[in-house]
Amino acid sequence: MIDKIVRTPAEALADVPDGATVMIGGFGTAGLPNELVDALIEQGAKDLVIVNNNAGNGDAGLAALLANGRVRKIICSFPRQVDSWHFDRLYHAKQIELELVPQGNLAERIRAAGAGIGGFFTPTGYGTALAEGKETRFIDGRWMVLETPIHADYALIKAERGDRWGNLTYRMTARNFGPIMAMAAKVTVATVHEVVELGALDPEAVITPGLFVKRVVPVARTKTGAGGFRKEAA
Amino acid sequence: MSTPRWTKDQMAARVARDIFDGAVVNLGIGMPTLVANHLGAAKEVMLHSENGVIGMGPAPRPGEEDYDLINAGKQPVTLLPGGVFFHHADSFAMMRGGHLDICVLGAFQVAANGDLANWHTGAPDAIPAVGGAMDLAIGAKATWVMMEHTTKDGVPKLVERCSYPLTGLACVSRVYTDLAVLEIVPQGVRVREIVDGLGFDALQAKTAVPLLRSGA
Repeated sequence: MIDKIVRTPAEALADVPDGATVMIGGFGTAGLPNELVDALIEQGAKDLVIVNNNAGNGDAGLAALLANGRVRKIICSFPRQVDSWHFDRLYHAKQIELELVPQGNLAERIRAAGAGIGGFFTPTGYGTALAEGKETRFIDGRWMVLETPIHADYALIKAERGDRWGNLTYRMTARNFGPIMAMAAKVTVATVHEVVELGALDPEAVITPGLFVKRVVPVARTKTGAGGFRKEAA
Repeated sequence: MSTPRWTKDQMAARVARDIFDGAVVNLGIGMPTLVANHLGAAKEVMLHSENGVIGMGPAPRPGEEDYDLINAGKQPVTLLPGGVFFHHADSFAMMRGGHLDICVLGAFQVAANGDLANWHTGAPDAIPAVGGAMDLAIGAKATWVMMEHTTKDGVPKLVERCSYPLTGLACVSRVYTDLAVLEIVPQGVRVREIVDGLGFDALQAKTAVPLLRSGA
C-alpha cells in the first residue's frame, strides 16, 4: 500500500541534513508553506541553500530561518522588500550568499531540473549584468543566454487538497511555484488543507501527479497565518 | 508659466486608448496598474499577472480580500469569469513565448534604441532585486513604457544610452510620458502626440535625444 500521508510537519522534515538545498514555494501571501518553514526552523538543519522567489518578510517564516543563521545561500529573484530586514542585514554583513535570478529564469531553471533538461537558452537577461560570464548563442534571430537547472534535495510546498498517493490540487494563485518545485526535488513535502480518499480528486483537475510528491502533511486552514485564507471561506 | 503635463490618470487613460479589444496585457507594478481603471467596458482585455493568473478583475471590495488571489504586486485582486490560474513556469512561458500582446512597464531610463533600465539603480550598497522585470521587458509582442518625462530634478529619462544597469536591449517600442507619446522606430524617436500647450521645441528641450516630428 502506498501511503504518503505524514501526521506532522516535524515528522515530514526529520531527515533534512545540514547543507541541503531546500526549495520553498510561495509568492507573496499565496502558497507559502508556513507550517513546514516553522518545522524546518525547529528541526535545526543548517548551512542550507534556499530557493524561493523572495528572501523572507518580517520576522517569521523564511525571515526567521535566515535570522537564525541557518542559510548559507539564497537563490531568488526579489530579495529586497520593505520588510526584508533580516536578509538586508545578513547581505550587508556578507553573511549570506545571493544568487539573483530573473523570475522567469528561476521558474524555468526549476522546471528544467524536474524535466531532466541539462540547460536551456533564453533571451531573458541577455546583455544585462545578470548574464555576465554566461555562454550566449544566436538562435532564431535572437541572442540567448545559457541557463542551467536548479535541483533541490527538498521542496516544501503548499497545496490545497491531496490524497495518499500524493496527488495535489492547489488554490488560485497559491499554485505559483508548487508544481515545478515538486518536480525538481528529491523529496517533496506538501501541506494540504484537506486529505481526501483515493479517487475523490477529479483526475482531470489534479495539477501535481502523486509521483512528484513524497510526503503529504495535513494542516488546518486557520494555522496558515500569512498564507491567506479567509476563515469564513473555509 | 509651468509646463503643461498629463496627470498619472490621464497618462493611464492615454495608454488604455491604445490597447485593442481582445488584447492580452500585462501591467507592471506601479503606475502601469492604473491603466486597468481606464480600459472601459467596450473592450474585452485579458489581464495577465506573472504570479500565475489571467483574466484578473478589479480589486475586491473591502472585507472580501482573499490572500490566495493576488497580483504580481502582491495586492488582492478578483477573477473574471473565464479567468484561469497556472504555475510560474507556464506564466513566464506565456511571456517569453510571445503569447502576450502588450506589456506596460515603468522605467528609470529608456534609450533612443529602445534599451530599458528599470530594475536597479546600480548604487554599490543597494541590494539588487529583479523579479520579473527582465522577462517582461523582452517577452511581450510590444513593450510599452509609462514614465515621467524627466526626473524630479528635470533630468531627461529618455536618453541616448542608459546610465543605469540594463533590463533589456532594444525592447521598448513606445513611451508614454506626462508630456508626450513617443515611438521608437529604426530612424530614432518619433513624437506621436504632445500634451496640449507644449510645442515640439519645448519637448525637445526636455529630451536628451533628437526627436523626429510625427510623420517624419
